Amino acid sequence: MPDPRTSGTGRTGRALAGRAFAHRLFWPLAALGALLVVNVIATPTFFNVRIQDGHLFGSLVDIVRNGAPVLLVAIGMTLVIATRGIDLSVGAVAAIAGAVACVYIVKSPASGAAGTAIVAITTALAVCVALGLWNGFLVSVIGIQPIIATLVLMVAGRGIAMLVTGGQITTVNNDTFAALASGYLLTLPVAALIALGVFAATQVVVRRTALGMLIESVGINPEASRLAGVRSRTIIWTVYVFAALCAGTAGLIIAANTHSVNANSLGLWIELDAILAVVIGGTSLAGGRFSLAGSLVGAMLIATLTRTIPNIGIPAEANYLFKALVVVMVCLLQSPKARAVLQRRGERPAGPPSPSSREEAVA
Amino acid sequence: MSITAPTGVLAGVGRFTPPRRYLPVLGTFALFIGMFGVGGIRYEGFADPQVFLTLLLDNAFLIVLAVGMTFVILTGGIDLSVGSNVALSTLIAARTLELGWPVVTVIGVVLLAGTLLGTAMGLLIHYFDIQPFIATLAGMFLARGLCYLISVDSIPIKNETFSAIAFGSITLPGGYYLGWTAVFALVIVGIAAYVLASTRFGRTVYALGGSEPSALLMGLPVAVTKVGVYAISGFCAALGGLLFALYTLSGYSLHAVGMELDAIAAVVIGGTLLTGGRGFVVGSLLGVLVLGTIQTFISFDGTLSSWWTRITIGVLVLVFVVLQRVLTRRS
Repeated sequence: MPDPRTSGTGRTGRALAGRAFAHRLFWPLAALGALLVVNVIATPTFFNVRIQDGHLFGSLVDIVRNGAPVLLVAIGMTLVIATRGIDLSVGAVAAIAGAVACVYIVKSPASGAAGTAIVAITTALAVCVALGLWNGFLVSVIGIQPIIATLVLMVAGRGIAMLVTGGQITTVNNDTFAALASGYLLTLPVAALIALGVFAATQVVVRRTALGMLIESVGINPEASRLAGVRSRTIIWTVYVFAALCAGTAGLIIAANTHSVNANSLGLWIELDAILAVVIGGTSLAGGRFSLAGSLVGAMLIATLTRTIPNIGIPAEANYLFKALVVVMVCLLQSPKARAVLQRRGERPAGPPSPSSREEAVA
Repeated sequence: MSITAPTGVLAGVGRFTPPRRYLPVLGTFALFIGMFGVGGIRYEGFADPQVFLTLLLDNAFLIVLAVGMTFVILTGGIDLSVGSNVALSTLIAARTLELGWPVVTVIGVVLLAGTLLGTAMGLLIHYFDIQPFIATLAGMFLARGLCYLISVDSIPIKNETFSAIAFGSITLPGGYYLGWTAVFALVIVGIAAYVLASTRFGRTVYALGGSEPSALLMGLPVAVTKVGVYAISGFCAALGGLLFALYTLSGYSLHAVGMELDAIAAVVIGGTLLTGGRGFVVGSLLGVLVLGTIQTFISFDGTLSSWWTRITIGVLVLVFVVLQRVLTRRS
């Protein structure tokens, strides 16, 4: 809306700053920037990226590589949350994917061959599609609330993964499979390329076609969307399958990174990290408008935070504490109520508020 | 929602139809009795009353957690922080006992810390409109983080009073015994059932779960109640943590990982609607007992692997959720 007061250049500048301030990615990006600054102060060489053996090496590259699984899960989660849903089962799905792939490789006669790895990965992803279909079935056909429908698989999933591995920590020696996590392509880590590739592809599909708008319309009002001729059932079903597929890919990367699968710990709490990334990115858990770019920033923020804690000399275990603080701060800054309080203060920048203005603020 | 009452189906089963709102709890009760019956037929010594009493003792902490969770879920919220809160409580107890604090002070500090954490989350949820899921997720991370700050390693509890309570039991007629912690958990269930059924606070909890705007328009104390249920859940988690500390006689930051899921599963199996407004504490008690029976089954069988517990719990949650869905659709 054009504002007559913002005519002068100074005012325009302030208006621009104000718009940046109000942008929903402002606070997450500011937090990310602040974390990076903290890192540079702690380790001046933090931004250094060097090429060694034809690969890019450096802390920033590590952050992107280690953040890949959470980013992948967050991409799927964003679309699910946009339809007013939530998928708690992604951690369990990741564990199942890792378990299926590793057990397939171990059981196959040529356990080191590239072909085995490809078949194993395909099988694991096919299983994930089936799991996603199951979640989508419960939510869209039976009509169970998403949080409960996916709770079923969250609880049972790790049991299923243990059933697949026989309760053992299965170790694999397959270079092609390991390359998923530790490989490099064109000097860049494969894991990061996969995650960013999925991000770019998803972004193109949802924003260059009507799909993104349809997902948002289902999230804003499923009933109205259905009456308007949107096939909300199919769309909801699709996003759960996509979320499971993303989770499965993340699980494969995690398993490849450790050359093994532990059904109990693989992807533990990754659903919470992913939901956190989505929320930090400004997508409301109430559904509707979503921002994949926001989730990307959120995932990178979490990865950077995980990296920052040991870097500034705090035990890595304290990471949870800081995660909690970040969640609370970002959520408070995004909460309309807290913003209203902040803006009321911000409107009176001249000096401490007089008693009368304080009364107005209260009123 | 149709106004006309559906006929048939239930009436066809028999003349006696209990009030519809008790159906889920009765279903859980029937399931529990059925499982115990099957166990008694299949395994020698399973039907012994002592097995049931041990079940209560082994799950005392989970019963208390499920009670707190019931309050939260009845308002339509969720509390993911209880597992971490339990771990934090065990660690605070172990650490302060190690420092030589008197037992009463230790218990007071633990309960206060848990209640404060719950209250803080409740305030965030009510006054800043942060979804319960996210606020309690933050609480979960916060509590785990604090655990690691206190100690990364497991701390044993060597206090004599604690050991005395942990191993103390009352003898029932027939030579059976029931641990003090189990008695304690049952007392909590009784108090919670009374509060929910017959106090102003309890009725407001149900009203909130039914419809928050309506509750507000009716002039009910929405803010106090909403923050209150999270405080109660925090208190129950701390109490559960104390019972868990008594059970394991140690404090450890990796205690109770994923216990919030067990608590939620117990509440769901107990017939409480996750959308809020309907459910009973007794149902949650039965839910915990069902979960415990599954474990007893597996330990009696010996050939079943531990992961069947999780799969069975998942299947049970599914069955109950689908049943709930069918029941609420019809009413």
